[in-house]
Amino acid sequence: MIPFRLQKVRTEVDAIAAARAGGRYIAGGTTLVDLMREEVERPERLVDINALPLGGIRTEDDQLVIGALARMSEVAAHPDTLRLQPLIAEALIEGASPQLRNVASIGGNLLQRARCPYLRMLDAPCNKRVPGSGCAAIGGVNVGHAILGASAHCAATHPSDLAVALVALDATVRVRGPAGERSFPVELLFRLPEATPHLEHTLQPAELIIEVRVPHDASARHARYLKVRDRSSYEFALVSVAAALHVEKGVIRTARIAAGGVGTRPWRMRASEQALVGRAPDRASFEEAAQRSLDGARPLSGNGYKAELLPRTMVRALEMTREVV
Amino acid sequence: MKQPDTFDPGRHDAHSETATLLSRREFFRITSGALSMAAVPAGLAQTADGAAIDAVLPAHVQLTINGQTRSVDIDPRQSVLDVLREVLGLTGTKKGCNQGACGACTVLIDGKRVLSCLALAAMHDGASITTIEGLAQNDRLHPLQAAFVDHEAFQCGYCTPGQIMSGIGCIAEGHARSVDDIRFWMSGNICRCGAYPGIAAAVAEAAGRKEA
Ligand SMILES: Cc1cc2nc3c(=O)[nH]c(=O)nc-3n(C[C@H](O)[C@H](O)[C@H](O)COP(=O)(O)OP(=O)(O)OC[C@H]3O[C@@H](n4cnc5c(N)ncnc54)[C@H](O)[C@@H]3O)c2cc1C
Ligand code: FES
Ligand code: FES
Repeated sequence: MIPFRLQKVRTEVDAIAAARAGGRYIAGGTTLVDLMREEVERPERLVDINALPLGGIRTEDDQLVIGALARMSEVAAHPDTLRLQPLIAEALIEGASPQLRNVASIGGNLLQRARCPYLRMLDAPCNKRVPGSGCAAIGGVNVGHAILGASAHCAATHPSDLAVALVALDATVRVRGPAGERSFPVELLFRLPEATPHLEHTLQPAELIIEVRVPHDASARHARYLKVRDRSSYEFALVSVAAALHVEKGVIRTARIAAGGVGTRPWRMRASEQALVGRAPDRASFEEAAQRSLDGARPLSGNGYKAELLPRTMVRALEMTREVV
Repeated sequence: MKQPDTFDPGRHDAHSETATLLSRREFFRITSGALSMAAVPAGLAQTADGAAIDAVLPAHVQLTINGQTRSVDIDPRQSVLDVLREVLGLTGTKKGCNQGACGACTVLIDGKRVLSCLALAAMHDGASITTIEGLAQNDRLHPLQAAFVDHEAFQCGYCTPGQIMSGIGCIAEGHARSVDDIRFWMSGNICRCGAYPGIAAAVAEAAGRKEA
């Protein structure tokens, strides 16, 4: 770890000023401390934001509002989350471990970095770590990499489970920075790698995530998160699917689907959603919709299995939404 | 920075300590500005171009460890794990991966189970920490420690302190309702010897439900 200075801030104004002066926000530190120790991240100033009043979970009408500093475990167990958005609780609990979830924040979760092994190998090329150095994964070990949204420069997936659920639910993120405040869909927080994989999100310099807002929707109670991985818990997704269905009189009115582990960002499955609306919620409709999940998929040398696993996971996740009573 | 396995006071002289607490660039600016490090008082340091440096000389934290309050001077890079093991000599808490992946370093901070390898000590001023050393009351083992012995819930024992601290958290959270529940909620603790059946049974017993 390179030497750094740690500054504790008590107000958002101070936090933003410190970040403008070159500081890097730190919340739970579960991504940042790890990558600093590996010297993948080399901030010279850290801005400890834990004393800011950005914790907590509340509701506004039927909208769930989650503070950026709320901890994963706290959000997953909160009665409002369980009542309004059980999908979020399920996605959170399927991620990381209890010890990590006790400290990992919601803002940090969204901004966690890729789990591509080459990102951490300082002697391997990696366009995320050293722009222009190349991508070792595309011609190397890429079993865990993306089949959707990759470029010739990077194929790393976004590892957050929470983000997959939030993208399916049309959640928005509220941020504050030197130029004031703005809100936008969580889906637009993440960039495609294209020619600039080192730019992972759309926050402006010094912008601070304030909260995440999840609108209510008739499908919210019939929503499930299915995560397929190499062991049954405490592992990142090979493929995951968040699915929510609103069914009325035997017909699907609304479908919300997003997938993790397959895209360079959490991947909303709009073609699959459209294929479901107006159909009966049965196996045949689910299978047809799931085939649409592969529109534009381009497997690499080692991850072709994801093109089979993704539609199967989606069918099963859609079936699971029907098992919720 | 590679952490030495044991704390070596000889390596911790004032000069290297000061150096590590300033950013590398500032260190070079100061030294090239012909200021001897010994002449830079805490809080009053100036870089060669005259800009003031905040007071960063040894980050000072107060930690209550197993009920005892300790004041320690630390390098901001030190994790709670390294402070426990290398500064305070509490080596019961183990370092496995040092990456948040194995659970060997689990301690309770303010009552919650967390990974001490990813917790910067400088961010935990005022925290209350419970480690494996703080569980037994004189010669009486904590019930979960006793259950680990009864169920032979270990082989080499390296993961055990982390398993026990995590098990205490797991029970307190109400996540020890069945062996399946325990297996899921204890999955942040890896045991390379594969003592999982004994670990799950010990946690179940200590939780007051002998389903194993
Ligand atoms: C072994 C292991 C397994 C894991 N498994 C999973 C998993 O299965 N699923 C999953 O989803 N995650 C997983 N994680 C990742 C974990 O969830 C994240 O590390 C965590 O959520 C990050 O939150 P944090 O508060 O610790 O972030 P930090 O490390 O403090 O920060 C991460 C990044 O976010 C920035 N940041 C933090 N807060 C804000 C804010 N409010 N505004 C602007 N920027 C901010 C920081 O500057 C930094 O760049 C795993 C982590 C580990 C170590
Ligand atoms: S040493 Fe902390 S999790 Fe492995
Ligand atoms: S007892 Fe050896 S690692 Fe668990």
